[in-house]
Amino acid sequence: MGMSPLPFARRRLLVATGGCLAVSLVRPARARSQWDVLREVFFENRPVHDGTGLIELEAPDRAHDAALVEVAVKAFLPQTPERYIRAIHLLIDRNPAPRAAVFKLAPATGSASITTRIRVNEYTPVRAVAETNDGALFMVERFVKASGGCSAPASKDKEAAYARLGKMKLLEPERFRPGEPNELRLLISHPQYSGMQIDQLTRNWIPADHLETIRITWNGKPLVEVEADISLSEDPLLGFHLQPEGPGELRVEAADIKGRRFVQSWQLGAGS
Amino acid sequence: MTGSAIDRRVLLGAVAGLTVAASLWSAGAAALPLVEIAPGLFVQVGVHEDFTPHNRGGIANLVAIAGANAVAVVDAGGSPAQAHDFREALAARTDRPIRHLILTHHHPDHVMGATVFRASGARIWGHARLEAALLDRFPTYRAAMDRLLGAAVDGAEPVPIDEPVAIETPRRIDLGDRVLELRAWPTAHTDCDLTVLDVATDTLIAGDLLFLERIPVIDGSLLGWLRVMDELARIPARFVVPGHGPASAPWPEALTPQRRYLDDLVAAVRRAIARGRSLSALLAEPPPAGDWLLSSDNHPRNITAAYKELEWE
Repeated sequence: MGMSPLPFARRRLLVATGGCLAVSLVRPARARSQWDVLREVFFENRPVHDGTGLIELEAPDRAHDAALVEVAVKAFLPQTPERYIRAIHLLIDRNPAPRAAVFKLAPATGSASITTRIRVNEYTPVRAVAETNDGALFMVERFVKASGGCSAPASKDKEAAYARLGKMKLLEPERFRPGEPNELRLLISHPQYSGMQIDQLTRNWIPADHLETIRITWNGKPLVEVEADISLSEDPLLGFHLQPEGPGELRVEAADIKGRRFVQSWQLGAGS
Repeated sequence: MTGSAIDRRVLLGAVAGLTVAASLWSAGAAALPLVEIAPGLFVQVGVHEDFTPHNRGGIANLVAIAGANAVAVVDAGGSPAQAHDFREALAARTDRPIRHLILTHHHPDHVMGATVFRASGARIWGHARLEAALLDRFPTYRAAMDRLLGAAVDGAEPVPIDEPVAIETPRRIDLGDRVLELRAWPTAHTDCDLTVLDVATDTLIAGDLLFLERIPVIDGSLLGWLRVMDELARIPARFVVPGHGPASAPWPEALTPQRRYLDDLVAAVRRAIARGRSLSALLAEPPPAGDWLLSSDNHPRNITAAYKELEWE
Protein backbone atom coordinates (compact mmCIF):
# COMPACT_ATOMS: atom_id res chain seq x y z
CA MET A 1 0.00 0.00 0.00
CA GLY A 2 1.10 3.62 -0.48
CA MET A 3 2.76 5.04 2.59
CA SER A 4 3.28 8.74 3.17
CA PRO A 5 6.90 9.53 4.04
CA LEU A 6 7.45 9.35 7.77
CA PRO A 7 8.50 12.94 8.50
CA PHE A 8 5.25 14.07 6.91
CA ALA A 9 3.29 11.52 8.88
CA ARG A 10 4.99 12.64 12.07
CA ARG A 11 4.22 16.27 11.34
CA ARG A 12 0.59 15.46 10.74
CA LEU A 13 0.59 13.45 13.93
CA LEU A 14 1.93 16.40 15.90
CA VAL A 15 -0.63 18.73 14.36
CA ALA A 16 -3.35 16.23 15.06
CA THR A 17 -2.19 15.81 18.65
CA GLY A 18 -2.10 19.58 19.12
CA GLY A 19 -5.62 19.79 17.82
CA CYS A 20 -6.64 17.02 20.15
CA LEU A 21 -5.27 18.92 23.11
CA ALA A 22 -7.08 22.12 22.15
CA VAL A 23 -10.34 20.27 21.69
CA SER A 24 -10.00 18.48 24.99
CA LEU A 25 -9.41 21.75 26.83
CA VAL A 26 -12.55 23.27 25.46
CA ARG A 27 -14.83 20.28 25.41
CA PRO A 28 -13.43 17.23 27.20
CA ALA A 29 -16.34 14.99 26.19
CA ARG A 30 -15.27 15.21 22.55
CA ALA A 31 -11.54 14.58 23.12
CA ARG A 32 -10.06 12.26 20.53
CA SER A 33 -8.05 9.32 21.69
CA GLN A 34 -4.52 8.67 20.50
CA TRP A 35 -5.95 5.77 18.51
CA ASP A 36 -8.31 8.18 16.67
CA VAL A 37 -5.25 10.20 15.73
CA LEU A 38 -3.27 7.17 14.59
CA ARG A 39 -6.19 5.86 12.60
CA GLU A 40 -6.47 9.15 10.74
CA VAL A 41 -2.73 9.44 10.10
CA PHE A 42 -1.98 5.88 9.06
CA PHE A 43 -5.29 4.57 7.71
CA GLU A 44 -7.01 7.70 6.39
CA ASN A 45 -9.96 7.01 8.71
CA ARG A 46 -10.86 3.78 6.92
CA PRO A 47 -13.00 1.49 9.07
CA VAL A 48 -10.98 -0.77 11.35
CA HIS A 49 -12.75 -3.93 12.47
CA ASP A 50 -12.21 -6.04 15.56
CA GLY A 51 -9.46 -8.49 14.65
CA THR A 52 -10.27 -11.09 17.29
CA GLY A 53 -10.36 -14.52 15.69
CA LEU A 54 -8.27 -13.41 12.73
CA ILE A 55 -5.12 -12.39 14.56
CA GLU A 56 -3.80 -12.39 18.10
CA LEU A 57 -1.12 -10.16 19.62
CA GLU A 58 1.25 -11.74 22.11
CA ALA A 59 3.09 -9.24 24.31
CA PRO A 60 4.10 -9.21 27.96
CA ASP A 61 1.84 -7.27 30.37
CA ARG A 62 4.97 -5.86 31.94
CA ALA A 63 8.25 -5.82 30.03
CA HIS A 64 11.46 -6.95 31.70
CA ASP A 65 13.51 -4.69 29.45
CA ALA A 66 11.68 -1.71 27.90
CA ALA A 67 14.25 -1.59 25.09
CA LEU A 68 13.70 -5.23 24.15
CA VAL A 69 10.09 -6.34 24.25
CA GLU A 70 9.42 -9.41 22.16
CA VAL A 71 6.00 -9.32 20.52
CA ALA A 72 4.35 -11.78 18.15
CA VAL A 73 1.32 -11.51 15.93
CA LYS A 74 -0.33 -14.89 15.36
CA ALA A 75 -2.49 -15.14 12.25
CA PHE A 76 -5.30 -17.69 12.13
CA LEU A 77 -6.07 -17.19 8.42
CA PRO A 78 -3.91 -19.36 6.15
CA GLN A 79 -2.16 -17.36 3.43
CA THR A 80 -3.61 -18.40 0.06
CA PRO A 81 -3.41 -16.49 -3.24
CA GLU A 82 -7.17 -15.93 -3.02
CA ARG A 83 -7.32 -14.56 0.52
CA TYR A 84 -4.38 -13.47 2.59
CA ILE A 85 -3.12 -10.87 5.02
CA ARG A 86 -1.08 -8.52 2.87
CA ALA A 87 0.25 -6.34 5.68
CA ILE A 88 0.52 -6.19 9.45
CA HIS A 89 0.96 -2.74 10.95
CA LEU A 90 2.50 -2.66 14.41
CA LEU A 91 1.59 0.49 16.33
CA ILE A 92 2.70 1.68 19.77
CA ASP A 93 0.36 4.52 20.74
CA ARG A 94 2.60 6.44 23.09
CA ASN A 95 5.97 6.00 21.42
CA PRO A 96 7.51 9.11 19.83
CA ALA A 97 7.25 7.34 16.46
CA PRO A 98 4.11 5.27 17.02
CA ARG A 99 4.34 3.12 13.91
CA ALA A 100 7.05 0.60 14.80
CA ALA A 101 6.88 -1.27 11.52
CA VAL A 102 4.75 -2.42 8.63
CA PHE A 103 5.23 -6.03 7.53
CA LYS A 104 4.06 -6.63 3.96
CA LEU A 105 3.46 -10.31 3.39
CA ALA A 106 3.09 -12.40 0.23
CA PRO A 107 0.84 -15.50 -0.01
CA ALA A 108 4.05 -17.59 -0.28
CA THR A 109 4.62 -17.02 3.44
CA GLY A 110 1.89 -19.61 4.12
CA SER A 111 1.32 -17.93 7.47
CA ALA A 112 1.19 -14.24 8.27
CA SER A 113 2.40 -14.82 11.84
CA ILE A 114 5.35 -12.59 12.66
CA THR A 115 7.65 -11.92 15.62
CA THR A 116 9.75 -8.88 16.40
CA ARG A 117 11.19 -6.88 19.27
CA ILE A 118 10.18 -3.36 20.12
CA ARG A 119 11.10 -0.45 22.35
CA VAL A 120 8.36 0.81 24.63
CA ASN A 121 8.76 4.35 25.88
CA GLU A 122 5.89 4.51 28.36
CA TYR A 123 2.86 2.49 29.45
CA THR A 124 0.92 2.14 26.24
CA PRO A 125 -1.49 0.17 24.13
CA VAL A 126 0.32 -1.83 21.44
CA ARG A 127 -1.76 -2.59 18.35
CA ALA A 128 -1.52 -4.98 15.46
CA VAL A 129 -3.62 -4.05 12.45
CA ALA A 130 -3.94 -6.74 9.78
CA GLU A 131 -4.79 -5.62 6.28
CA THR A 132 -6.30 -8.34 4.14
CA ASN A 133 -5.81 -8.46 0.38
CA ASP A 134 -9.22 -6.84 -0.17
CA GLY A 135 -8.01 -3.80 1.79
CA ALA A 136 -10.07 -4.43 4.94
CA LEU A 137 -8.44 -3.63 8.30
CA PHE A 138 -8.63 -5.70 11.51
CA MET A 139 -7.13 -4.67 14.83
CA VAL A 140 -6.18 -6.31 18.10
CA GLU A 141 -4.44 -4.60 21.00
CA ARG A 142 -2.61 -5.29 24.25
CA PHE A 143 -1.57 -2.95 27.03
CA VAL A 144 2.15 -3.10 27.84
CA LYS A 145 3.72 -1.65 30.97
CA ALA A 146 7.28 -0.50 30.31
CA SER A 147 9.05 2.83 30.14
CA GLY A 148 12.19 4.45 28.83
CA GLY A 149 12.78 2.01 25.96
CA CYS A 150 13.47 4.63 23.29
CA SER A 151 16.11 6.56 25.25
CA ALA A 152 17.70 3.60 27.09
CA PRO A 153 21.47 3.59 26.59
CA ALA A 154 22.66 1.28 23.83
CA SER A 155 23.94 -2.03 25.15
CA LYS A 156 27.21 -1.70 23.25
CA ASP A 157 29.46 1.27 22.66
CA LYS A 158 29.38 2.78 19.18
CA GLU A 159 32.61 1.18 18.05
CA ALA A 160 31.39 -2.30 18.99
CA ALA A 161 27.96 -1.64 17.46
CA TYR A 162 29.36 -0.49 14.13
CA ALA A 163 31.93 -3.30 14.04
CA ARG A 164 29.02 -5.76 13.72
CA LEU A 165 26.84 -3.48 11.57
CA GLY A 166 24.69 -5.30 9.05
CA LYS A 167 25.77 -8.79 10.05
CA MET A 168 22.85 -11.21 9.73
CA LYS A 169 21.88 -14.49 11.30
CA LEU A 170 19.12 -16.73 10.01
CA LEU A 171 17.66 -19.21 12.47
CA GLU A 172 16.12 -22.06 10.52
CA PRO A 173 13.77 -24.74 11.77
CA GLU A 174 15.41 -28.07 12.54
CA ARG A 175 13.54 -29.68 9.66
CA PHE A 176 12.67 -27.64 6.57
CA ARG A 177 9.28 -28.87 5.31
CA PRO A 178 8.10 -28.10 1.77
CA GLY A 179 4.38 -27.40 1.42
CA GLU A 180 4.05 -26.09 4.99
CA PRO A 181 4.72 -22.74 6.64
CA ASN A 182 8.25 -22.89 8.08
CA GLU A 183 9.15 -20.33 10.71
CA LEU A 184 12.38 -18.48 10.05
CA ARG A 185 13.92 -15.94 12.34
CA LEU A 186 16.28 -13.29 11.04
CA LEU A 187 18.56 -11.15 13.18
CA ILE A 188 20.23 -8.09 11.68
CA SER A 189 22.90 -6.37 13.71
CA HIS A 190 22.18 -2.66 13.76
CA PRO A 191 22.37 -0.23 16.71
CA GLN A 192 18.97 1.25 15.72
CA TYR A 193 19.94 4.58 17.27
CA SER A 194 16.66 6.29 18.03
CA GLY A 195 17.98 9.85 18.12
CA MET A 196 16.96 9.93 21.80
CA GLN A 197 20.08 8.29 23.24
CA ILE A 198 23.14 10.01 24.67
CA ASP A 199 26.71 9.01 23.86
CA GLN A 200 28.22 8.12 27.23
CA LEU A 201 31.68 9.35 26.27
CA THR A 202 31.00 12.58 24.39
CA ARG A 203 27.74 13.50 26.20
CA ASN A 204 26.22 14.35 22.81
CA TRP A 205 22.98 13.01 21.38
CA ILE A 206 23.64 10.12 19.05
CA PRO A 207 22.03 10.94 15.70
CA ALA A 208 19.26 8.57 14.62
CA ASP A 209 20.57 5.65 12.57
CA HIS A 210 18.22 2.75 12.02
CA LEU A 211 16.98 0.31 9.43
CA GLU A 212 14.40 1.67 7.05
CA THR A 213 13.52 -1.32 4.87
CA ILE A 214 14.11 -5.05 4.95
CA ARG A 215 13.23 -6.84 1.70
CA ILE A 216 13.14 -10.62 1.72
CA THR A 217 12.71 -12.59 -1.48
CA TRP A 218 12.30 -16.31 -2.10
CA ASN A 219 13.68 -17.46 -5.46
CA GLY A 220 13.59 -13.85 -6.62
CA LYS A 221 9.98 -13.18 -5.69
CA PRO A 222 8.95 -10.82 -2.86
CA LEU A 223 8.14 -12.69 0.32
CA VAL A 224 8.27 -10.16 3.15
CA GLU A 225 8.98 -6.46 3.12
CA VAL A 226 9.36 -4.48 6.32
CA GLU A 227 9.19 -0.73 6.73
CA ALA A 228 11.06 -0.14 9.97
CA ASP A 229 11.48 2.76 12.39
CA ILE A 230 13.17 3.66 15.67
CA SER A 231 10.75 1.59 17.75
CA LEU A 232 12.36 -1.66 16.57
CA SER A 233 14.93 -2.77 19.16
CA GLU A 234 18.68 -2.77 18.71
CA ASP A 235 19.77 -5.70 16.49
CA PRO A 236 16.26 -6.17 15.07
CA LEU A 237 14.63 -9.56 15.08
CA LEU A 238 12.20 -10.54 12.37
CA GLY A 239 10.35 -13.82 12.67
CA PHE A 240 8.32 -14.75 9.57
CA HIS A 241 7.14 -17.77 7.59
CA LEU A 242 7.94 -19.40 4.27
CA GLN A 243 5.85 -22.08 2.59
CA PRO A 244 8.15 -23.37 -0.15
CA GLU A 245 7.39 -25.86 -2.89
CA GLY A 246 10.97 -27.06 -2.79
CA PRO A 247 14.50 -25.87 -2.14
CA GLY A 248 15.52 -22.39 -3.08
CA GLU A 249 17.29 -19.18 -2.24
CA LEU A 250 16.24 -16.76 0.46
CA ARG A 251 17.72 -13.33 -0.04
CA VAL A 252 17.64 -10.46 2.42
CA GLU A 253 18.37 -6.88 1.48
CA ALA A 254 18.23 -4.34 4.27
CA ALA A 255 18.77 -0.59 4.02
CA ASP A 256 19.18 2.00 6.76
CA ILE A 257 18.41 5.72 6.81
CA LYS A 258 22.06 6.53 6.11
CA GLY A 259 21.78 4.75 2.77
CA ARG A 260 23.83 1.68 3.71
CA ARG A 261 22.75 -1.60 2.13
CA PHE A 262 23.25 -5.05 3.64
CA VAL A 263 22.66 -8.14 1.53
CA GLN A 264 22.88 -11.81 2.36
CA SER A 265 21.50 -15.04 0.83
CA TRP A 266 20.87 -18.53 2.11
CA GLN A 267 20.17 -21.78 0.25
CA LEU A 268 17.35 -23.55 2.05
CA GLY A 269 15.93 -27.06 1.82
CA ALA A 270 18.73 -28.50 -0.32
CA GLY A 271 19.39 -31.28 2.17
CA SER A 272 15.78 -32.38 2.66
CA MET B 1 8.85 15.14 42.36
CA THR B 2 5.80 12.98 41.97
CA GLY B 3 2.29 14.05 42.79
CA SER B 4 1.97 11.67 45.71
CA ALA B 5 5.20 12.87 47.29
CA ILE B 6 4.07 16.47 46.96
CA ASP B 7 0.67 15.62 48.41
CA ARG B 8 2.26 13.89 51.35
CA ARG B 9 4.59 16.78 52.07
CA VAL B 10 1.88 19.39 51.72
CA LEU B 11 -0.33 17.41 54.05
CA LEU B 12 2.35 17.00 56.68
CA GLY B 13 3.51 20.57 56.22
CA ALA B 14 0.01 21.87 56.77
CA VAL B 15 -0.31 19.95 60.00
CA ALA B 16 3.04 20.47 61.63
CA GLY B 17 5.57 22.22 59.41
CA LEU B 18 8.27 20.75 57.21
CA THR B 19 10.82 20.24 59.98
CA VAL B 20 8.45 18.03 61.87
CA ALA B 21 7.57 16.26 58.65
CA ALA B 22 11.22 15.41 58.13
CA SER B 23 11.51 13.92 61.60
CA LEU B 24 8.32 11.91 61.04
CA TRP B 25 10.04 10.40 58.03
CA SER B 26 13.00 9.40 60.16
CA ALA B 27 10.88 8.05 62.97
CA GLY B 28 8.81 5.93 60.60
CA ALA B 29 11.79 4.47 58.76
CA ALA B 30 13.73 1.37 59.66
CA ALA B 31 16.96 2.25 61.47
CA LEU B 32 19.54 -0.12 60.04
CA PRO B 33 22.18 -1.20 62.57
CA LEU B 34 25.89 -0.81 62.02
CA VAL B 35 27.95 -4.01 62.38
CA GLU B 36 31.70 -3.85 63.11
CA ILE B 37 32.93 -6.95 61.27
CA ALA B 38 36.63 -6.22 61.95
CA PRO B 39 38.39 -3.44 63.87
CA GLY B 40 37.30 -0.15 62.31
CA LEU B 41 35.36 -1.87 59.51
CA PHE B 42 31.64 -1.10 59.72
CA VAL B 43 28.83 -2.49 57.59
CA GLN B 44 25.22 -1.36 57.41
CA VAL B 45 23.38 -4.33 55.98
CA GLY B 46 20.69 -3.53 53.40
CA VAL B 47 17.30 -5.20 53.48
CA HIS B 48 16.20 -7.68 50.79
CA GLU B 49 13.22 -5.67 49.59
CA ASP B 50 12.23 -3.55 46.62
CA PHE B 51 12.49 0.21 47.08
CA THR B 52 9.83 1.50 49.50
CA PRO B 53 9.27 4.78 51.36
CA HIS B 54 9.78 2.78 54.54
CA ASN B 55 13.24 1.43 53.67
CA ARG B 56 14.21 4.73 51.98
CA GLY B 57 16.34 2.88 49.47
CA GLY B 58 18.40 1.09 52.13
CA ILE B 59 18.67 -2.16 50.23
CA ALA B 60 22.43 -2.32 49.57
CA ASN B 61 25.25 -2.83 52.05
CA LEU B 62 27.12 0.34 53.00
CA VAL B 63 30.63 0.15 54.41
CA ALA B 64 32.87 2.50 56.37
CA ILE B 65 36.58 1.97 57.06
CA ALA B 66 38.00 4.05 59.89
CA GLY B 67 41.76 4.74 59.90
CA ALA B 68 43.92 6.79 62.23
CA ASN B 69 43.40 9.98 60.22
CA ALA B 70 40.27 9.55 58.19
CA VAL B 71 37.24 7.48 57.33
CA ALA B 72 36.37 6.16 53.88
CA VAL B 73 32.77 5.29 53.11
CA VAL B 74 31.99 2.74 50.39
CA ASP B 75 28.64 3.47 48.73
CA ALA B 76 26.22 6.16 49.72
CA GLY B 77 22.85 4.40 49.93
CA GLY B 78 19.55 4.84 48.13
CA SER B 79 18.63 8.31 49.41
CA PRO B 80 20.05 11.34 51.19
CA ALA B 81 17.82 10.39 54.16
CA GLN B 82 19.48 6.98 54.45
CA ALA B 83 22.94 8.48 53.91
CA HIS B 84 22.28 11.05 56.63
CA ASP B 85 21.33 8.33 59.15
CA PHE B 86 24.34 6.23 58.14
CA ARG B 87 26.62 9.21 58.75
CA GLU B 88 25.00 9.86 62.15
CA ALA B 89 25.36 6.21 63.19
CA LEU B 90 28.99 6.29 62.10
CA ALA B 91 29.68 9.46 64.08
CA ALA B 92 28.67 7.55 67.23
CA ARG B 93 31.40 4.95 66.51
CA THR B 94 34.33 7.04 65.28
CA ASP B 95 35.35 10.69 65.57
CA ARG B 96 37.59 10.61 62.47
CA PRO B 97 36.33 12.78 59.55
CA ILE B 98 34.87 11.17 56.43
CA ARG B 99 37.40 12.24 53.82
CA HIS B 100 36.55 9.74 51.05
CA LEU B 101 33.41 8.39 49.43
CA ILE B 102 33.99 5.44 47.11
CA LEU B 103 31.15 4.50 44.76
CA THR B 104 31.21 0.90 43.51
CA HIS B 105 28.94 1.58 40.47
CA HIS B 106 26.08 3.76 39.26
CA HIS B 107 22.96 1.97 40.55
CA PRO B 108 20.61 4.16 42.61
CA ASP B 109 20.72 2.07 45.81
CA HIS B 110 24.47 2.83 45.92
CA VAL B 111 24.67 6.47 44.79
CA MET B 112 21.52 8.45 45.63
CA GLY B 113 22.91 9.53 49.02
CA ALA B 114 26.25 10.75 47.63
CA THR B 115 25.42 14.46 48.00
CA VAL B 116 25.35 14.07 51.80
CA PHE B 117 29.02 13.00 51.92
CA ARG B 118 30.08 15.47 49.26
CA ALA B 119 28.48 18.30 51.23
CA SER B 120 30.62 17.42 54.23
CA GLY B 121 33.80 17.51 52.16
CA ALA B 122 34.48 13.91 51.07
CA ARG B 123 36.48 13.33 47.88
CA ILE B 124 34.60 11.02 45.56
CA TRP B 125 36.21 8.00 43.96
CA GLY B 126 34.76 5.80 41.23
CA HIS B 127 35.38 3.88 38.03
CA ALA B 128 36.64 6.07 35.18
CA ARG B 129 33.34 5.41 33.40
CA LEU B 130 31.18 6.22 36.44
CA GLU B 131 30.68 9.94 35.98
CA ALA B 132 29.31 9.54 32.45
CA ALA B 133 27.12 6.64 33.52
CA LEU B 134 25.73 8.70 36.40
CA LEU B 135 24.99 11.76 34.29
CA ASP B 136 23.33 9.58 31.69
CA ARG B 137 21.00 7.77 34.03
CA PHE B 138 20.47 10.20 36.89
CA PRO B 139 17.29 11.87 35.57
CA THR B 140 15.67 8.45 35.09
CA TYR B 141 16.82 7.23 38.50
CA ARG B 142 15.73 10.39 40.25
CA ALA B 143 12.25 10.25 38.71
CA ALA B 144 11.89 6.59 39.69
CA MET B 145 13.19 7.18 43.22
CA ASP B 146 10.88 10.17 43.71
CA ARG B 147 8.02 7.87 42.83
CA LEU B 148 9.19 4.90 44.91
CA LEU B 149 10.74 6.56 47.97
CA GLY B 150 9.00 9.92 48.21
CA ALA B 151 10.59 12.70 50.30
CA ALA B 152 13.54 10.53 51.41
CA VAL B 153 15.25 11.24 48.08
CA ASP B 154 14.89 15.05 48.25
CA GLY B 155 18.17 16.76 47.47
CA ALA B 156 19.76 13.86 45.60
CA GLU B 157 22.02 15.04 42.79
CA PRO B 158 24.58 13.46 40.47
CA VAL B 159 28.07 14.00 41.91
CA PRO B 160 31.29 14.63 40.01
CA ILE B 161 33.97 11.96 40.41
CA ASP B 162 37.06 13.67 41.83
CA GLU B 163 39.26 10.58 41.55
CA PRO B 164 38.48 8.40 38.52
CA VAL B 165 40.03 4.93 38.65
CA ALA B 166 41.11 3.40 35.33
CA ILE B 167 40.87 -0.34 34.72
CA GLU B 168 44.61 -0.71 34.15
CA THR B 169 45.63 1.46 37.08
CA PRO B 170 44.63 0.45 40.63
CA ARG B 171 44.69 3.30 43.15
CA ARG B 172 45.42 3.46 46.87
CA ILE B 173 43.89 5.47 49.67
CA ASP B 174 45.97 5.91 52.83
CA LEU B 175 43.80 6.41 55.93
CA GLY B 176 46.82 6.78 58.25
CA ASP B 177 47.33 3.32 59.69
CA ARG B 178 45.59 1.36 56.92
CA VAL B 179 45.56 1.35 53.14
CA LEU B 180 42.70 0.68 50.74
CA GLU B 181 43.32 -0.70 47.25
CA LEU B 182 40.79 0.36 44.63
CA ARG B 183 40.42 -1.60 41.42
CA ALA B 184 38.17 -0.83 38.44
CA TRP B 185 36.89 -3.72 36.31
CA PRO B 186 35.87 -4.38 32.71
CA THR B 187 32.12 -4.65 32.06
CA ALA B 188 30.54 -7.20 34.41
CA HIS B 189 27.59 -6.43 36.73
CA THR B 190 27.60 -2.96 35.11
CA ASP B 191 30.10 -1.13 32.92
CA CYS B 192 31.62 0.73 35.88
CA ASP B 193 32.24 -1.76 38.72
CA LEU B 194 34.89 -1.05 41.32
CA THR B 195 36.14 -3.05 44.32
CA VAL B 196 37.96 -2.01 47.49
CA LEU B 197 40.44 -4.16 49.39
CA ASP B 198 40.99 -3.29 53.04
CA VAL B 199 44.51 -4.69 53.35
CA ALA B 200 44.66 -4.42 57.14
CA THR B 201 41.77 -6.83 57.64
CA ASP B 202 42.10 -8.93 54.44
CA THR B 203 38.56 -7.90 53.50
CA LEU B 204 37.36 -7.33 49.97
CA ILE B 205 34.45 -4.91 49.58
CA ALA B 206 33.00 -6.27 46.37
CA GLY B 207 30.10 -3.92 45.64
CA ASP B 208 27.57 -5.60 43.38
CA LEU B 209 30.19 -7.80 41.75
CA LEU B 210 29.00 -10.17 44.47
CA PHE B 211 25.40 -10.90 45.44
CA LEU B 212 24.50 -13.31 48.23
CA GLU B 213 20.90 -14.22 49.14
CA ARG B 214 19.41 -11.56 46.85
CA ILE B 215 19.38 -12.54 43.17
CA PRO B 216 22.22 -11.06 41.07
CA VAL B 217 21.18 -8.50 38.44
CA ILE B 218 22.89 -8.37 35.04
CA ASP B 219 23.20 -4.80 33.76
CA GLY B 220 26.53 -5.17 31.98
CA SER B 221 27.69 -8.45 30.53
CA LEU B 222 26.96 -11.97 31.71
CA LEU B 223 30.10 -13.48 30.15
CA GLY B 224 32.10 -10.44 31.22
CA TRP B 225 30.93 -10.91 34.80
CA LEU B 226 31.99 -14.57 34.81
CA ARG B 227 35.44 -13.56 33.49
CA VAL B 228 35.77 -10.85 36.14
CA MET B 229 34.79 -13.38 38.84
CA ASP B 230 37.74 -15.56 37.76
CA GLU B 231 40.02 -12.57 38.32
CA LEU B 232 38.33 -11.60 41.57
CA ALA B 233 38.86 -15.09 42.97
CA ARG B 234 42.62 -14.47 42.83
CA ILE B 235 42.44 -11.50 45.18
CA PRO B 236 44.17 -12.63 48.40
CA ALA B 237 41.44 -11.72 50.88
CA ARG B 238 39.92 -13.84 53.63
CA PHE B 239 36.57 -12.08 53.91
CA VAL B 240 34.21 -10.29 51.58
CA VAL B 241 31.46 -7.73 52.06
CA PRO B 242 28.97 -8.36 49.24
CA GLY B 243 26.93 -5.53 47.72
CA HIS B 244 23.83 -7.39 48.86
CA GLY B 245 23.78 -10.15 51.48
CA PRO B 246 25.33 -10.63 54.92
CA ALA B 247 27.81 -8.17 56.43
CA SER B 248 30.68 -10.57 55.85
CA ALA B 249 31.32 -13.92 54.19
CA PRO B 250 34.38 -16.14 53.65
CA TRP B 251 36.44 -15.42 50.53
CA PRO B 252 36.60 -16.75 47.85
CA GLU B 253 34.03 -19.43 48.79
CA ALA B 254 31.32 -16.75 48.78
CA LEU B 255 31.57 -16.62 44.98
CA THR B 256 30.15 -20.13 44.60
CA PRO B 257 26.36 -19.54 44.64
CA GLN B 258 26.56 -16.59 42.24
CA ARG B 259 28.87 -18.50 39.91
CA ARG B 260 26.44 -21.42 39.88
CA TYR B 261 23.49 -19.13 39.07
CA LEU B 262 25.31 -17.34 36.25
CA ASP B 263 26.80 -20.58 34.84
CA ASP B 264 23.36 -22.21 34.86
CA LEU B 265 21.88 -19.17 33.15
CA VAL B 266 24.50 -19.27 30.38
CA ALA B 267 23.89 -22.99 29.87
CA ALA B 268 20.08 -22.73 29.84
CA VAL B 269 19.99 -19.77 27.46
CA ARG B 270 22.59 -21.27 25.11
CA ARG B 271 20.57 -24.49 25.01
CA ALA B 272 17.37 -22.59 24.22
CA ILE B 273 19.03 -20.61 21.43
CA ALA B 274 20.55 -23.77 19.96
CA ARG B 275 17.12 -25.42 19.94
CA GLY B 276 15.53 -22.40 18.25
CA ARG B 277 13.40 -21.40 21.24
CA SER B 278 12.41 -17.76 21.10
CA LEU B 279 13.00 -15.38 23.98
CA SER B 280 9.27 -15.23 24.73
CA ALA B 281 9.04 -19.04 24.73
CA LEU B 282 11.93 -19.18 27.17
CA LEU B 283 10.35 -16.52 29.39
CA ALA B 284 7.08 -18.47 29.38
CA GLU B 285 8.89 -21.54 30.75
CA PRO B 286 11.98 -20.13 32.43
CA PRO B 287 14.78 -22.25 33.86
CA PRO B 288 14.57 -22.38 37.68
CA ALA B 289 16.00 -19.43 39.57
CA GLY B 290 17.05 -21.47 42.61
CA ASP B 291 16.29 -20.11 46.06
CA TRP B 292 17.42 -16.54 45.41
CA LEU B 293 15.34 -13.80 46.97
CA LEU B 294 13.45 -11.27 44.80
CA SER B 295 13.75 -13.43 41.71
CA SER B 296 10.22 -12.98 40.35
CA ASP B 297 11.10 -9.81 38.40
CA ASN B 298 14.85 -10.08 38.25
CA HIS B 299 15.22 -13.63 36.98
CA PRO B 300 13.18 -12.96 33.79
CA ARG B 301 15.15 -9.74 33.33
CA ASN B 302 18.40 -11.67 33.60
CA ILE B 303 17.15 -14.22 31.07
CA THR B 304 16.36 -11.38 28.66
CA ALA B 305 19.81 -9.85 29.12
CA ALA B 306 21.48 -13.24 28.71
CA TYR B 307 19.50 -14.08 25.57
CA LYS B 308 20.35 -10.74 23.97
CA GLU B 309 24.04 -11.23 24.71
CA LEU B 310 24.31 -14.91 23.77
CA GLU B 311 22.23 -15.05 20.57
CA TRP B 312 25.09 -13.42 18.64
CA GLU B 313 27.73 -15.93 19.76
